[in-house]
Amino acid sequence: MKDFPAQTDVNLAAITEFLWMEADLLDAKEYDQWLQLWTGSGHYVIPVDKQGDDFANTLNIAYDNALMRDMRVKRLQGGFSISAAPPAESVRTVSRIVIDSVEGSLITVRAAQHVTEDKFGRQRSFAMNVTWKLEQTEEGLKIHDKIIRLLNSDGMLTSISYLF
Amino acid sequence: MSLDQTPGGIGTDDLVLNDRVKTPMYEDPALFNEEMEKIFGKVWVWVGHTSEVPDKGSFKLSHVGLQPVIISRDRKGEIHVLVNRCRHRAATVCEIKKGKTSSFQCPYHGWGYALNGELRAIPYTKGYNTDFDKKEFGLKQLKVGIFEGMIFASYNMDVEPLEDFLGNAKPWIKLFMKQGGGYPVKTLGEHQFKVPMNWKIQLENTTDAYHFPIVHKSFLQSLDGEATETFSFMDDDDGYVEDLGNGHSVMVMMPEFIDLDNDDGAPIPERFAELAEDLRKDYDEAQVRRLVRAVGGCGFNLNLFPNAACSLSFFRILRPVSVHETEIRHIAIGMDGGPAAANQMRMRIHEHFQGPMGFGSPDDAEVWERVQRGSAGGGEDIDVMVNRGLGLEKASDNGLPVGDISAETGMRSAYKMWKKVMEQ
Ligand code: FES
Ligand SMILES: [Fe+2]
Repeated sequence: MKDFPAQTDVNLAAITEFLWMEADLLDAKEYDQWLQLWTGSGHYVIPVDKQGDDFANTLNIAYDNALMRDMRVKRLQGGFSISAAPPAESVRTVSRIVIDSVEGSLITVRAAQHVTEDKFGRQRSFAMNVTWKLEQTEEGLKIHDKIIRLLNSDGMLTSISYLF
Repeated sequence: MSLDQTPGGIGTDDLVLNDRVKTPMYEDPALFNEEMEKIFGKVWVWVGHTSEVPDKGSFKLSHVGLQPVIISRDRKGEIHVLVNRCRHRAATVCEIKKGKTSSFQCPYHGWGYALNGELRAIPYTKGYNTDFDKKEFGLKQLKVGIFEGMIFASYNMDVEPLEDFLGNAKPWIKLFMKQGGGYPVKTLGEHQFKVPMNWKIQLENTTDAYHFPIVHKSFLQSLDGEATETFSFMDDDDGYVEDLGNGHSVMVMMPEFIDLDNDDGAPIPERFAELAEDLRKDYDEAQVRRLVRAVGGCGFNLNLFPNAACSLSFFRILRPVSVHETEIRHIAIGMDGGPAAANQMRMRIHEHFQGPMGFGSPDDAEVWERVQRGSAGGGEDIDVMVNRGLGLEKASDNGLPVGDISAETGMRSAYKMWKKVMEQ
């Protein structure tokens, strides 16, 4: 396990607050506000492979730059996608938050996330390890990269009509 | 159990008519068991691609119907499909999805099997009588057939030759493999998801252009103008669906991309401009155009009875799990040894539409589930209609029906074969 950073301006409480705020936006499907949380140059990634981080050269479940994130949100909000109109409802918890490293203004954080969705009266659950690369900016914390490693990413999944 | 004992008490003649099928086709567990025996237990079933077992000692897990199998490449380079079940007391001998090994050892009592399935070693042999013959207890072998890198297997050792079974589909498979752009085709990873639906709902869907502008509207909206044009096949009148016999069919959506080697000289689409620029560093213009066309993929879906499709630019494989559950694999393919930029673009295109979170598949999954939900109860008074295009079809050179792009010709082809196989 890596050492916890000593910097006083990177504190777990502030980061936890930020991640919970993001989780709250996602459960509420406030995607426009969620898009504002991003710096712009990073990726929203859900890899298939459990190991490795060469996402560009492997097949992913999602590998979204800013343009793809915008398009994905448009699709989910547009009302023309039968799976997203209406989408499954979701409830998520983010916990076991660990600050992995701090390099300059870039903070790497990881956490456990559980999401339960409900649609058609059936519930499905997903467990995942999530890593965020957060950037400290003048406007506060922003997401640079978000990497979601589903526990069964290389197994048999079910379709997902919202964002993790 | 035989068909006349199904809960509805109806036989194949009543279940499948030319213009419709009966709801128990999606709903009847007894019929499902019969399908596993007569279809997945007998005909050629797609299990994998040779690039998934590239080297001597490579293996990959797969399924034929309900049974788990191992595709392995032995020390002579020969490919085997083995039932993943120890011949002692049935434990799976391998639970690693893919990799390399020199043998398979059962974890329960340690029986050891070679890559070709032969039983090699048994711990404490003294406990068996002298007449115990290891030769009789190799892993159960399936008949293996390979065509253009696609590996098929059958439980029926007397099954007709694979090439006869594929028949009119063969030239289409060859056309499909031109997506290698001059390089061998290799798999680049896969998306897997399960849907609470009968497997035949998926079998129908690969030859269903009719749903595309409706179900995939949100995908179409995410494309640029040129790409939208490419997907406008429902409004064009040059697309078609052709029955290829044996339950196979081809749905041609973009005739200009049937043969990727036939360069029509059209300007490189805007969405490929950056890739083309990148490729120009290493390739001449003719090769750049060939690679770009290959990256764009083919303009047709080839549906192979009972479980595979060569769909535009990927393999779409179904696996029945139960009467109400089907697993789907969307296997991305690319160029083995080809330019990284080209393979990257193919993966990005695949991610855009396919898989559990693509811009297309979740909407497919939703409507398939809705079909199953709507069929609940299995009423025999309301039928599933597959009559679109009937009476409007022409005959192909093979003497088989050809319908327009949205005709349900491919579904009728698959159901004709379903009936034939189930009656054997
Ligand atoms: S079950 Fe495999 S060795 Fe006994
Ligand atoms: Fe579809």
